[in-house]
Amino acid sequence: MVQNIIDVRNLSKSFDISSKEPGLKGTIKHFFRRETKSLKVIKNISFEIKEGEIVGFLGANGAGKTTILKMLCGLIYPSEGSILVSGYLPFRRKENFLKNITLIMGQKQQLIWDLPPIESFYLNASIYDLDKFEAKKRIKKLSEMLEIDEELFIPVRKLSLGQRMKSELLAALIHEPNILFLDEPTLGLDVNAQRNLRKFLQKYNKETNATICLTSHYMKDITSLCKRVICVHEGAISYDGKLDLLLKKLSPVKEILIVCRSEEDAIKLENSGFTVKNKIKNEITIKIENNSITSSLKSILNNFDIEDLFINEPPIDEVIGKVLIKKEYDI
Amino acid sequence: MNLRKYLKVYKKFLHTSLASELEYKANILVDLITAILSLVGSIFLLSIFFQNSGYIGGWKFEQALIIQAIYTILNGITNTWFNPNLTEIVKHIREGTLDFVLLKPIDSQFFISLKKLNPSGFLEIMVGIFLLFFCIRINQINLNLSFLTLSFITISCSICILYSLWFFISTTTIWFVKTWNAIEVLRSFLYIGRFPLNSFSFSLRIFFSVFIPIAFITTIPSEVFLGLSQLWKILLEVIVASVFLITSRKFWLFALKFYSSASS
Repeated sequence: MVQNIIDVRNLSKSFDISSKEPGLKGTIKHFFRRETKSLKVIKNISFEIKEGEIVGFLGANGAGKTTILKMLCGLIYPSEGSILVSGYLPFRRKENFLKNITLIMGQKQQLIWDLPPIESFYLNASIYDLDKFEAKKRIKKLSEMLEIDEELFIPVRKLSLGQRMKSELLAALIHEPNILFLDEPTLGLDVNAQRNLRKFLQKYNKETNATICLTSHYMKDITSLCKRVICVHEGAISYDGKLDLLLKKLSPVKEILIVCRSEEDAIKLENSGFTVKNKIKNEITIKIENNSITSSLKSILNNFDIEDLFINEPPIDEVIGKVLIKKEYDI
Repeated sequence: MNLRKYLKVYKKFLHTSLASELEYKANILVDLITAILSLVGSIFLLSIFFQNSGYIGGWKFEQALIIQAIYTILNGITNTWFNPNLTEIVKHIREGTLDFVLLKPIDSQFFISLKKLNPSGFLEIMVGIFLLFFCIRINQINLNLSFLTLSFITISCSICILYSLWFFISTTTIWFVKTWNAIEVLRSFLYIGRFPLNSFSFSLRIFFSVFIPIAFITTIPSEVFLGLSQLWKILLEVIVASVFLITSRKFWLFALKFYSSASS
């Protein structure tokens, strides 16, 4: 049986936030008497993650995804509740715990700006107590997986964002961690670089059975990497389960564009009891529920003279967008 | 603590810092010229003070030059290690990159205090050492083992006090985010360390001994060089340095509990 590697129970986090009124008066008031209030950004959440799982954290900006990741890797102390990651209390940041995890943030970098990435890799290798031979072996293996070669010897400041992100990944994985926390790793990358990064993460997960916790606003990252998603809405979990179940629940129907041989056929189809979205001459778009799609298509093909047929999935961004504004899903 | 690992990491820090700095050759040359001009300016200022009277606060010009030499060495150490690293803490906290430091299996204070190195500060240290040897010659100081040991102890204590002051102020960034002005104020106070403490009024002497221990940083090591120091003063400097170092460590560990990381 696969064991839980992350166990979160009734976790909450509050921050003291100061607010300021606009204008000069507000600025002076803010300087002398700062009004702070405690804001609960994570509200009593519980979940477990199994070893080798890839879990996507979904939510609008400010929903609390990054705060959860930072508590899981031990950067932020929780206000209430308990967290166990790989058997450790993360915020104690014990050496063996830190050797097991890594955090990659799409918008922050750890590579030394004026030097080629290879220098940062060897520095990290010495911090993780790896000898030169072992470091060289791991750099070779990871650079092959990431498909980077010459870039390792070019100063970081001269690399493209995609090359830099690959190098950041290599620097963060040189100690072969078995838990990866990724906070928007594809931010700002072009579509090819995003695809390559996803391919690499899939491969890394498959080869090492590493657990991956991921936040991203690019839905393609979530759909191609994560079977399970945890949706966060205003600091609370609104859904925790399989991604395909969520998608089915959120988009129960498919749209089918049917091109009939004649306009008469299209009129016949329009009056045959299907839900029609629109009809232009011999082209008609109907909506069919997911669970009856095979039987409905069979009946249409048998009874009408059809020239062509297209099944349109609703755009994933549109579907997931619904998650970001909804509080609860009972699936 | 695994000493071998820390030495290995420090060797890497040295290598990467030197390599980064050597990318900008002109900057190193400018720093060397600045160090020499700053020393010439300081000696000129000191000579003006001594123009009308041979003594200030009981110190001759030749003796006061020792303070200037020790100040130059300490300023060189500040520019080599403290300035590049501890000003970086502010950047780490504002930009949230302290996250990467805290998630490494290495002592975070060691990492942020020693990761960077400005090689041009070495030039200032060398200029200071050269001036110190010159002072030893003109003051006809006898170099024996006890003198060398006491000089080493007092200068090491000065470095510890100086580091702790810098580190303490930099750590407050965790709460106040911007503390650059406080560091500039500290630097201004340290300029006082170029002059003998006895040349100031009684109240200022108390202030620079108790609140900001400038007296311990340059005057006591200089007194050791001239054979004027009393044992209690040296012991007091060792105690002050230890208290400062331990407090800075405790304060860092305490401050980390309040680190909330920058938002993404």
